[in-house]
This record gives sequence, structure tokens and C-alpha cells, in this order.
Amino acid sequence: MTFADIALPVIVALPFIGAVLPALAARASANRIAWAAAAVPLAILALLAPMLPEVFAGGAPRISLEWLPALGLNFSLRLDGLAMLFALLIPAIGILIILYARYYLSSDEPMGRFFVALLLFMGAMMGIVLSDNLLLLVIFWELTSLTSFLLIGYWSDRTDSREGARMALAVTGTGGLALLGGAVLLGHIAGTYEISEILAMGDLIRASDLYMPALLLILAGAFTKSAQFPFHFWLPAAMAAPTPVSAYLHSATMVKAGLFLVARLHPALAGTDAWFFLVGGFGLVTLVFGAYAAMFKHDLKGLLAYSTISHLGLIMLLLGMNTELAAVAAVFHIINHATFKASLFMAAGIIDHETGSRDMRRLGGLWRYMPHTAVLAIIAAASMAGVPLLNGFLSKEMFFAEALHVKELGAVGWILPLAATAAGVFSVAYSVRFIHDVFFNGEPKALQKTPHEPPRWMKIPVEILVAICLLVGVLPQLIVRPILDVASGAVLGVPAPDYSLAIWHGFNLPLLMSVVALAGGVAVYMSLQKLYRLHAHETGPWTGHRIFHGLHTGLLRSCAAASAWLANGSLQRYVAVLVGVSLLVGFVAFAQQIDPQQQTLLPVTAPAAAGWLVLVIATFVAVRRHRSRFTALIATGAVGLVVSAIFAYFSAPDLALTQLVVETASVILLVLVLRFLPQMSSLETLLRQRVRDIGLAALSGVGAGGIAWWLLTRPHHSISEYFLANSATLGGGTNVVNVILVDFRGFDTLGEVTVLAVAALGVMAMLGAGSAPREGTTPASRSVMLAKSAQILLPAALLTALYIFLRGHNLPGGGFIAGLVAGASGVLLYVANGIAWSEARLRFAYRSLLTGGLGIAFLTGAGSWLFGAPFLTSWHSHPHIPLLGEIPLATAVAFDVGIFLTVVGTIMLVLSTLGRLSPEGDEPWKPS
Amino acid sequence: MEALVASVIGILFAAGVYLVLRARTFPVALGLTFLSYGVNLMLFVAGGMVFDRPPIIGTREAYSDPLPQALVLTAIVIGFGMIAFFLALAVGAKGDLGTDHVDGREGSR
Repeated sequence: MTFADIALPVIVALPFIGAVLPALAARASANRIAWAAAAVPLAILALLAPMLPEVFAGGAPRISLEWLPALGLNFSLRLDGLAMLFALLIPAIGILIILYARYYLSSDEPMGRFFVALLLFMGAMMGIVLSDNLLLLVIFWELTSLTSFLLIGYWSDRTDSREGARMALAVTGTGGLALLGGAVLLGHIAGTYEISEILAMGDLIRASDLYMPALLLILAGAFTKSAQFPFHFWLPAAMAAPTPVSAYLHSATMVKAGLFLVARLHPALAGTDAWFFLVGGFGLVTLVFGAYAAMFKHDLKGLLAYSTISHLGLIMLLLGMNTELAAVAAVFHIINHATFKASLFMAAGIIDHETGSRDMRRLGGLWRYMPHTAVLAIIAAASMAGVPLLNGFLSKEMFFAEALHVKELGAVGWILPLAATAAGVFSVAYSVRFIHDVFFNGEPKALQKTPHEPPRWMKIPVEILVAICLLVGVLPQLIVRPILDVASGAVLGVPAPDYSLAIWHGFNLPLLMSVVALAGGVAVYMSLQKLYRLHAHETGPWTGHRIFHGLHTGLLRSCAAASAWLANGSLQRYVAVLVGVSLLVGFVAFAQQIDPQQQTLLPVTAPAAAGWLVLVIATFVAVRRHRSRFTALIATGAVGLVVSAIFAYFSAPDLALTQLVVETASVILLVLVLRFLPQMSSLETLLRQRVRDIGLAALSGVGAGGIAWWLLTRPHHSISEYFLANSATLGGGTNVVNVILVDFRGFDTLGEVTVLAVAALGVMAMLGAGSAPREGTTPASRSVMLAKSAQILLPAALLTALYIFLRGHNLPGGGFIAGLVAGASGVLLYVANGIAWSEARLRFAYRSLLTGGLGIAFLTGAGSWLFGAPFLTSWHSHPHIPLLGEIPLATAVAFDVGIFLTVVGTIMLVLSTLGRLSPEGDEPWKPS
Repeated sequence: MEALVASVIGILFAAGVYLVLRARTFPVALGLTFLSYGVNLMLFVAGGMVFDRPPIIGTREAYSDPLPQALVLTAIVIGFGMIAFFLALAVGAKGDLGTDHVDGREGSR
């Protein structure tokens, strides 16, 4: 086991675990909370340090732990050059952000919560950049969406904050879903989700039919995350976040995740025309659009937001150019943008903090109040504009040079350098505006505070970042060359090409473009201020923000309208819709299955025809006369008896018995219930509605009958051979149905009797079994004959139940049927003698009967554990007992006892609960 | 015979659906009962229609399919539990709301 095997998982896990530190320290002083938070990125950097030499030497430490191997999801982490660049940037800038936030947040804001969210976000970002499994990457990707939601919405009492957070989550989360789809497709093409393996299969992937859909989906994820036009609008909306969040999310992390993904998959996906036009095209449009829009933003952070969009477009464009040097330039600009943009956001935050405003129309002349901050901001803004001796200049020069060398565009190749120069002009213009409108240009207007320098420590992170801008700008070869080499090597999949990192390349076209951009930018800014009166500019109506907002409210409104139409409170309508949709689905599905019958048909017999006639008439009566409820009930009972006869006729004695007894119990139940409900229904549904219902019913009948016909006229393949062959030998019983119930499929049965018991307890809970029987529950005219015969019948019925139970394993019968018979005979007693009389004599607690039965069933099942067998394994034998002879004995019998007791308990509990109620105000029902 | 049984199943379904769509709780309970009959019969005949061969080992040369029978047996009993629960709901609703309309209020559509 190497150091990396432990260090890599720890690095990813550390922020998630360490997130509890600031939470625990939440009540401590601000300094302590900040230290608790900063400990995490410091530890990450310390853990990374020993692995750096290996990566700089071209190695890539990797670890893979199985997570869900069946899905191809492994916890694989890999530290190559590109991952290392980001793995260093994320915690390093994180530390500066923590230091800055310590002074930015006021003492009455929950700083602990802020740092918890920040660390969680940091962990998600580290996960993205270190993942060597595509699915794992998607998981961390979604985690960044979620945690950035918490960060952007930190000031949860502000509307714009909440809206910005929601918008960011909606846009990047949707993109994440697209990315998941793309990742699955890519994994499908490659046959693996391990990124390092996928990257080696570029040719195979690019030749695949699925290349295009996978590319589109993956780019949808990357473009939303990296705020590419037209998905850019969430980024300015996210400016409602506290400035440290903006500085972190929009410089080195969140928005760079999209670029990271495009760079990560570069060896596998790049090189095609589709890649060039999609990645390059979106990047180009975003570059120019963002730079242009940034000039007109009056809000400091708004300007920086659009500038960020523009720079993200620039890097995207470079990654799309399909040349090696462009990829180097892209990586270089990722570093440079992270440094100057983080420092600019921090400077903007300082200005906001110390003046109370970010509006450039009100700011101005701050040079005199905060010269130190001004110097830092001016240097960073100059780097953003691409002024020589600063890092932004170097990568922009590389970009200009690459823009001149693109071959894919052919005759219109001039468009790219032109657009690049135009974007350069705009970016100089907004950078100049940032400097001029804030630090010069008259005096501050109507500020709430007198501007002053921030606390000393708040400037430290800005100073560090600006120093890096300068150092890289002056000594690029020394400072960034090594990391640039390995990182761009990882993007290309081959060692980085030879390139020159220098401030001076002689007089050439890129230099001319830079000069044009610088001079043009200043001129554009001057003319905007003088001729256009820039400060009077108003945003037009068609912003992405407003379009999103309109779509969002439109979607909510149409959802509300749809549910108001569907869910109008009428249950009849719900059922009708449900039936209608099921019919539609059923008919569509079965319409493709219709083929001619394949079997000779059985002849119709006389008893069958007679039964059919009885059933049809009884059903017709039940439906036609359903408003006269007692009649309908009797007819329904008759139908149940015919169904029972059908079971008997087709060799299912167990079913016939069960149906017979259940039918009896159901009819008693329905009669009991009729005491509480009106005896007649009035005709209240409209004719139109009845016609609809008849239509739905007829179609259901045709559908169900059709399926039955289809089933019956096709050869029948059974899986029951096993049960028939092994029932006697393995289950110890000859009644196969019963053996299936209590042995082969005993677990199912256990679940079913549990459902039954739950239903009975539900009835009891709803109607309150605890209440004492009330007056008027004795039948108005008690039949002495019935009462006496019931008393005589009861023991006989119980004996019958016992007999049915005992023979059940070998002949039709068993716990279910015996329980039903016993329950029904108990009910007879109630019916004949009234509740009060029976309650006085049958002192059973039915609840205990029911729970006891379930307990026995469970214990029988668990008993097999004692013998080292799985749950519900049965055992049987034929012990010889003196006088009685050989007795077949199976543990399944004990299980059946449990079923018996549960069923008896259920029936008695339900019927006695309903019988005990008295109809309030109404006379007890009498048959007329 | 096949047509006879298929038509029985169709009729039971049609009656069940029509009754379930009624506005009062009692016919809905009857409708559920009819649907149970139909579903149970359909499940049962999925195992084929066989005369006089109950699945009792040792009594015949061949047997009817025992598996659908076992499934339907528990389905019948659970159907009883469901109807009982539904009726308890209906009675409770009548007691609490004073109406047996399925929507819990008179005359709503």
C-alpha cells in the first residue's frame, strides 16, 4: 500500500468530515471558526505535497475501491497533471477565501454555517477533479450544485439571494442530469466508466454512432456549469451571494468545473468537427457576448460576472480549437483567470464593505480614500485587460496567436481573429471602466459610509493573488512552466508540445492585436462615457434572467392549471381518469399481441351454460338495481356463489371452499354496514356521466375478457412441475395448494396474513373497538329458533373447522379455510343472539388472537434458525406413536396454526367491531 | 367453454368498473367485490381449465396447476380484508361527515 492509496481517499473525505469543525466551533470567536475551517484545506495541501514529485515526473497515482461494481461505479481517484492543477488551486484559493470571509462576514451572521457549506463545496470540487470514474464524477458534480445552492443562498432572508440560488440549482442541476445521460452513453461506448481507460479509447469513441448524443449531453452539462451562452444568466443572478462565495465559485471552482470536464474528456472526445463547432462555437459566442454585456453593467459584481462569463467562453473556445497549443493556452488561462478574478471579486467586496455600495454610478474617486486597495485592484484589472508584464497578457497573447491558426473555418477563417480582437477591445473597455469609474471619475455620490481602507488582514489574500499575477507575468518560465507542462499534457493525452513562455516574442500579429485591443478598449470606454452617457444605460427587456423567470412562472402556472383540471376534488373523476388511462395503455400494449388462436377449444357443457346464465343475470341485477342496495347485495352474493362453483368445477376445491366462506362473511359484513348507510341511492349522476361510465365499463370488460380469451386459447406453460413433484417428499403433504401456501411460498403467506391483520387492526382503529356495546344493538325481534340452533351449531362448526384444519395438509382444507369457517360460525352466534349476549359469553380478546396467530407464524419461521436453516424452512417426519400408529407431522402445521388464528381473529374483530356500533339517530334496519 | 369463461370475466370487470365509478360508497364496495371476482377468476384460469383433477397427490394421474390456486386463495382472503377496511372507512365517513358520497360532501361533482 502506497502513500497515495491512503492520501487520495482522505483528501476527498477530509472536507466532508472536516465540515463539522466550524459547526462545532460555531459559538467560538470568529478567528477560531476561521482557523477550524482553514485547517481542512491546509491538511489537503499537506497531503498533496508528497505526491507532487511523482506527478511532475509524469506519473499519476491512482486508487480504486469497489462501490457498486455491478453498475461500473467505483470509488476511483487519480491524480494526474490536470487533477493536480485543480487540486492545488481549490484548497489554496479556499484558504485565501476563508481568511477573507473571516473579515467580510459581520459578527452577527452565522459564520459557522458559512464555513460548513464552503467546506462541503470544497469537498465536492475535490471529488470532481480527482475522480477517475465517470459516474463518481457525476455524483460529485451534483454535490457541487447542491452545496453551491447553500452558499449562494447564504443570506436566506433576501429574495434575490434565494432566487439566485434557485436559478443556479435549476440550471446546473438540469445540466448535471444531461451529463449523467452523457456519462452513461460514454460508458456504454467504452465498456467502462473508469476515466483513465476511457481516455485511451478516443478513436473508438469518436467512431461510435453514439458519439454525437454523448457529446451533446456531456457538453450540456459543461456549458450550464460554466455559464456558456445561452445558459449564462444564472451566474449574474448568483452575485446575490456573499462576495467570498462569488470570489470562490466564479474564479477557481464551480464555473471551472465545466471547463475541467471538457479538458478532462479532451483526449476521448476532441478532434472532430463537431467538437470544434460546438465547443469552439459556444465559447466564441460567450466570449464576445460576455465581454460586450460587461461594459454596460453598473454593478461592480455584475461587471465581474459578465467578465467571468466572457473569460469562460475564451477558455472554452481554446479547448474547442483542436490544436495542442490552444489546449496549453486554455490551461494557462484557467490559472490566470483564477488568480486575477478571485482578487478582483475580493476587491469589489472590500469596496462594497467599506463604502456600502457596488454601484459604479455612485462610486468614484476612491483613489483618495483607499489607495492601497486601489493599487491592488488596478493591477488585477490590468491583468484582466491583458496588459503586458501581467499573467493575463501572456495567455491572451497565446489565444490571439492560436486564433490566427485555425484551419477548420477555411475561407471565413478571418472571423475568429476579428472576433477575438473585438472581445479583447471590450474586455479592455470594461477593465478600464472598473478602474476609472471606481477609483477616479469625480467624487463618491450619496454613500452611506465614508470610504476607508479595510482591516489589514482582509487585504492579505488580495495581495497574495496580485503578487502571483505579477510573478507569473514577469517570470512565467520559472513559476508556471512545470505545472503547465504536466497539466496540458494530461489534457492532450500526450506530452505537451514545445511552446515559448515569454513576454516578448518580437513584432508579430498577436502583438498587434493586443495593441489594437488596448488602444481600442480605451477609446471605446471614452466614447461610451462621453457620447453614450454610459451611466444612463438601462437593461433591455430580453435578458436571460427574465426569460428564465417567465418560463419558470409559466411552468408553475400550467402545472397549477393542469392539477386544477385533473384534481377537482371529485373522486369519481379520478377513478374515471385512472381507468381511462389504464385502458389506453392496455389496449395499445395488447393491440400488437393479437394473433390467431392455437388450440382446440373445450366443448360447452350444460352445467357450465346454466352457471353462466345465473351469473350473467345476477350481475345484471346487481348493476341495474344497485340503487336498491339490499337487492344488489343479494345479487352480488349469488354471483360469489357461482364463482365458487366455477372454482369447484375446474378442479380447485380449496378455492371453492375459501370463496364460499369468504362470501358468507362478506355478505354478513355488508348487511351490518347497511345499517349505517342509506338503503337507497338517489339517481344523481348526469346522463352524460353515466354514458361515460358505461363506456369505460364496457371497454374494461372487453379488455379483460380479451386478455382472458387470449390466455385461454394459447398453450399453457406451467412452472408448477416442481411443486407437484416435491410436495409430498419435501413438504410432507399431498395437498399441493396447501403445501405451497405454508411451505414452498410460506414467506408470501406470512406477508399476506400480516396484511390481513393490519386491515383488521385498521378497521378497529377507525371504528373504535374499545367502546362498550350500546343500547339497541340487540336485534329488534330475536329469533329463538335461530338463537338455539346457533348454540347447537357452534360446537359442530368448530369441530368442522378443526377437521378441515387437520386434513388440510393432505386434502382440501387448511388454516385459511378452517379459520374462515370458525370465524363465520362465531359470527352466526352474534347474528342470532345480539352483541351484548355474545360478548358476555365469548370473552375472547380478538386482538390477542390475531397478534398471537401472527406471533406463532413468525416464531415457526424463526425456529428454523435454531437448526441453522434459513427462515421458514420446514421439517417433517412420520413418528410412530403407540395406539395411534404413524402420524404425519410437519412444522408447517404450526405455521398453519398461526394462519388459522390470524384469520379467525381478523374476521371476529372486523365483524364484532362493525356489529357493536349503533346507528346514531336511526332506527335499526328491518327488512321490509 | 373458453368463450364462456372469458365472457364471464369480461362481464365481472365491466360490472365492477361501472359500480366503482358510482357516487356512493356502498355501490363502490360492491364494485370492488365484482372486480375481485373478475381478477381472481382471471388469475385462476391462467393456470388452464381442467376438469376433475384437483392437485391432491396420489389421487389422479395428472393434476391441475396448483400455483394459481395458491395465489388466488390468499387473494380471496386479502380481498375480504380490503372490503372490510373499505367498509369501515365508509361507515366512519358517514358518521363523521353525515354523507355516504365518495367525495365526503353532498352533491359535489
